[in-house]
Amino acid sequence: MAVEPRKPPLQLVAQLQRALGGRAGWGGFVVQILFVAALAWIAYEIVANARANLQAQRITAGFGFMANTAGFDVSQNLIPYSGSDSYTRVFLVGLLNTLAVSIIGIFFATVIGFLVALGRLSPNWLLSRISGGYVELVRNLPLLFQILFWYLAVLAALPNPRQSISLFGSFFLSNRGFVVPKPIGNPGFEPFVFAIVIAVVGSLLLQRYARKQLFDHGRMIRIWPYVLGVLFGLPLLSSLVFGAPVKFEFPELKGFNFSGGSRVIPEFVALTLALSTYTAAFIAEIVRAGIQSVHKGQMEAGSSLGLQRGSTLRLIVVPQAMRVILPPLTNQYLNLTKNSSLAVAIGYPDLVSVFAGTTLSQTGQAIEIITITMGVYLLISLVTSAIMSFYGWRLGRSLGP
Amino acid sequence: MKRVSLVFTLALAAAFSTEAATAQTLKTVKDRGMLSCGVGQGLPGFSSPDDKGNWTGLDVDVCRAVAAAIFNDAAKVKFVPLSAKDRFTALQSGEIDVLSRNTTWTLSRDTSLGANFTGVTYYDGQGFMVKKSLKVNSALELNSASVCVQTGTTTEQNLADYFKGNNMKYEVIAFGTNDEAIKAYESGRCDVFTTDVSGLYSDRLKLANAADHAVLPEVISKEPLGPMVRHGDDQWLDVVRWTLYAMITAEELGITQKNVDEMAKSDKPEMKRIFGTDGNLGEQLGLTKDWVSRIVKAVGNYGETFDRNVGAGSKLGIARGLNQLWNKGGIQYAPPIR
Repeated sequence: MAVEPRKPPLQLVAQLQRALGGRAGWGGFVVQILFVAALAWIAYEIVANARANLQAQRITAGFGFMANTAGFDVSQNLIPYSGSDSYTRVFLVGLLNTLAVSIIGIFFATVIGFLVALGRLSPNWLLSRISGGYVELVRNLPLLFQILFWYLAVLAALPNPRQSISLFGSFFLSNRGFVVPKPIGNPGFEPFVFAIVIAVVGSLLLQRYARKQLFDHGRMIRIWPYVLGVLFGLPLLSSLVFGAPVKFEFPELKGFNFSGGSRVIPEFVALTLALSTYTAAFIAEIVRAGIQSVHKGQMEAGSSLGLQRGSTLRLIVVPQAMRVILPPLTNQYLNLTKNSSLAVAIGYPDLVSVFAGTTLSQTGQAIEIITITMGVYLLISLVTSAIMSFYGWRLGRSLGP
Repeated sequence: MKRVSLVFTLALAAAFSTEAATAQTLKTVKDRGMLSCGVGQGLPGFSSPDDKGNWTGLDVDVCRAVAAAIFNDAAKVKFVPLSAKDRFTALQSGEIDVLSRNTTWTLSRDTSLGANFTGVTYYDGQGFMVKKSLKVNSALELNSASVCVQTGTTTEQNLADYFKGNNMKYEVIAFGTNDEAIKAYESGRCDVFTTDVSGLYSDRLKLANAADHAVLPEVISKEPLGPMVRHGDDQWLDVVRWTLYAMITAEELGITQKNVDEMAKSDKPEMKRIFGTDGNLGEQLGLTKDWVSRIVKAVGNYGETFDRNVGAGSKLGIARGLNQLWNKGGIQYAPPIR
């Protein structure tokens, strides 16, 4: 009589065991479930504890307070705002102020950072030492001190409004800020903008046409006279036909300050200067590292082609260096955005100062406000890194397989 | 597996033992042996550290009085300096037991912040300070001026109301701390500095040339300043409330820091009640029989505390004004201790 061979366990069961518990098998699966349950339970306890405490102190939870009237003014608002607007509007004003300082700060930091890095790598001894000294100095001082320094230095250098420095009688510089005439839209504004858009699109099309001609037929076409003509001519034509696009409101000194015109407040200038120079020092080191990571042979190849040092850097070395530069550069951009929250030290109404500062102490809704603020910074950071990743992907694509 | 399950059990037990904040601040303070008191960051006369790190001021003395009532030792206080932005969160979260930081008593603070005011230490109002060189004599001449304030205060809101109500334009620059605001005012960034009038006198002492600055006559708001405690703890509220009232009552009855022991021997029924010889008012509060003598021995009565910190005996030299006793022309009035 033949012995029946034992049936092997079902493959499905074995695969399931492996998938759920890994090498630890079913036991591992149970441990994972317990762990997740414990985490969920701890999270629930924390939330329940917070809610119980808030109830004991009779603090209302929820976001209803955002519709209440703010009752205070801010010194810089990029959208119309007054003391009788809601906290939601205050939040938007603060957010726009933060974004303004971050975007402009990122731009200048990048420009200065690249220049300083190139300076440090320059064969000119003086230039490289000065750049190196700048980086060492700025990197090692705390940012808050630098912000205060720029603020006090900027303020101390400027005269008070009654003795402001004026250009052409329309631009005034004083310790209340830089006042410029404000453009106010006229009926001719929309056609003007439309004309500019058409002109830009036309120029891009012309450029593509010229490149196609160069690559396909080897013909060099000079398009710059046409581009200039279109860029200047179309808007000019529109303002002749439809009327001037803007009229200017000129500032005048009345009493204590200037009324009319637009103003750039010294807090904004000081904060942007401090953030740009500080982050530029870090960016300079990152760029230098990136450039030095490119093989020296590339530079030699460039000069063997007859290119000068500047062209070699621009066309050959830096594009290759960008792959090394981009991730730390993204870090520095995020740092700059978050560092802008130090604005409260000099009275610049950014998101943290206006929302997580004034609104929080007026309404007492600490948990909700801090959650919103953290969420907003997280969102800004994620968007910034997404943009930089996209740029890096594009760059990687164009550099080859 | 055994070790893992032990870790789990401990974690769950630890999580189970989180309690909601129970309303037992007095017990917590007594167990801790120290009162945690939120004060300002350096407002002379109200709460400021001297060069050796000892805190002095009117708000500081109120906290010392509470500590003396509980521990018979006015030194058993930990002072936590807070800016106007952080003060309420510190109280809500339990970092401090009482906030004594020249905070204005308003309805929205009494309700939405989860805290109660215990009384009024100082009746004040908001005013403006300008440089004398601007030749301004009234706040109504301040159209389109730049104003420096500290952010997160009633000052900001009153300022908005006042300028809007009088159809004047202005530019407000709000700083995180008082010192930054004062520095900006001094550097000329703004024309006007505004805070409570007592704060104006106090901050003027910090300026390079106090005589160059004038306090304008307009007082544009009511600012009753007093200590704050958390909602949901009536016993603690009573302790802090009646400490202040004890100081005011002591001045009413002529009890001073020097004559406490003498007065304690008095036969008058009122004195016997106050000093605990008769009745058990102290125990009803959760304190000891001699709670009033502890308080007065530590910081003196209200008048002495006022004089020493902000009045005639100090550098500020502010007159009693509204803060005088009710039967001497002011409005400081304590309910009867009986």
